[in-house]
Amino acid sequence: MRDGTAAPAMLEIRDLQAWYGESHVLHGVSLDIREGEVVTLLGRNGAGKTSTLRAMMGLVGRRAGSIRFEGRETIGLRSDLIARTGIAYCPEERGIFASLDVTENLMLPPVIAPGGLGLDEIYTLFPNLKERARSPGTKLSGGEQQMLAIARILRTGARLLLLDEPSEGLAPVIVQQIGAMIREIKQRGFTVLLVEQNFRFAQTVADRHYVMEHGRIVDMVANDQLTASLDRLHEYLGV
Amino acid sequence: MIENLLFELEMAAPQVILGLVNGAFYALLSLGLAIIFGMLNVINFAHGAQFMMGAFVAWMLLAWAGIPYWGALVLAPLIVGVFGVVIERTMIARLYKLDHLYGLLLTFGLALIIEGVFRNGFGSSGLPYAPPAAFNALNIDIPIMFLPGYRVWVVIASVLVCLATWLVIEKTKIGAYLRAATERPELVQAFGINVPRMMTLTYGAGVALAAFAGVLAAPIYSVNPAMGANFIITVFAVVVIGGMGSIMGSVVTGFGLGLIEGLARVVYPEASATVVFVIMAIVLLTRPAGLFGRG
Repeated sequence: MRDGTAAPAMLEIRDLQAWYGESHVLHGVSLDIREGEVVTLLGRNGAGKTSTLRAMMGLVGRRAGSIRFEGRETIGLRSDLIARTGIAYCPEERGIFASLDVTENLMLPPVIAPGGLGLDEIYTLFPNLKERARSPGTKLSGGEQQMLAIARILRTGARLLLLDEPSEGLAPVIVQQIGAMIREIKQRGFTVLLVEQNFRFAQTVADRHYVMEHGRIVDMVANDQLTASLDRLHEYLGV
Repeated sequence: MIENLLFELEMAAPQVILGLVNGAFYALLSLGLAIIFGMLNVINFAHGAQFMMGAFVAWMLLAWAGIPYWGALVLAPLIVGVFGVVIERTMIARLYKLDHLYGLLLTFGLALIIEGVFRNGFGSSGLPYAPPAAFNALNIDIPIMFLPGYRVWVVIASVLVCLATWLVIEKTKIGAYLRAATERPELVQAFGINVPRMMTLTYGAGVALAAFAGVLAAPIYSVNPAMGANFIITVFAVVVIGGMGSIMGSVVTGFGLGLIEGLARVVYPEASATVVFVIMAIVLLTRPAGLFGRG
């Protein structure tokens, strides 16, 4: 039944519920991601995309259901222990620290497993980060900050990357660079769960798309069927 | 003319130096407060009591275990720091999700309890603690003044410890974690760092700094349960002036205000006790975030 593929999912989410205080934000999210895939979460503002990523990292008030990563249940773990299972998170607002310079920002997330990119590889992919090594992190341009936010989680050896709207607020040429970078990290064997509003951008990088509405997954579209499903998607996304 | 000037200097120099010694304590104490506030968002009202505990532990180590000053300078901050760790784990950690005010009330209550316990056990008259004789070698005896070597040492020790703390925070990996967690603890934890443990250790370190200042103070002021309460009000003013959570700010402001107090004693003695608070009021009105604060 599972999309007809034999490989077990790297990540299995079943009936994930989440709350911020009294407010119930996720109402039973279920999705699968296989190793090496790039999968997007599409949906309107407030559909629960960011909350899904935050719930996966243990950053919501309360959560229930099941999140199995590489066979291991993480729903009861504290967020630092979730990170140490091999999941890395790049928040929507990028989370660059103003009181740290670029290199300190880059080196901040601890290496949790072997297999991350070395510093040389990072600087090859992101030459700007080397030039601006001593600048305060928040003095970089928006695009550079986004690159830094992604670069620092490539170092850690995490195999599943959660990227929350990396294209947001960036000029089209920068968005193209981010797209190229996501394809590059897919080439290197990383698995990516990408939250996006911009489905034209999502289309250029992803294998599959989940559509969210009101805190639930309501549809799943493979990238090669995207053009055939445009009408449906337009209805969901209101574009 | 020159004799006149010398006379003026003779009057002024001791006050200015005394100001610098007080500044050394302000700097150490406000540094610990700033670190704790930055990381835990708790205004540690027990800081004065923990300073006093440092002095008492030094006295106990000498009187009961025969451990001299140098041993106490290392051991007392460790012992009081561990006490801080226990307090954080068992009490303060429960309040992080609530308003600042609860942490302030809790630590204020703790300060009253700690001071009460020591008053009960040791009375309020104060216990003597003699500085090691070796410090006499540092005595400064020049025509305009005589400065006991121990006070020279206090200023040196304070500067060194403040500098070392600043270096750890600004130049090391642990410091980078601390700065990042001060900005966004949640994200730092989502990178795989055990932030609750960092908070515990930060509190312990801030408390240890207070205790270190307490050991330094023991030979100068008599060791008594109120010694912290006397200091801490001025230290809070220093923190407000420097800017809550600013490391360099608290050190510079600590020494600076000590000096200003000293100068006030020369120029207009009546104002010496209030000058810090006048400056605090002006700073609050013109730069509410403090001289070195952000935002």
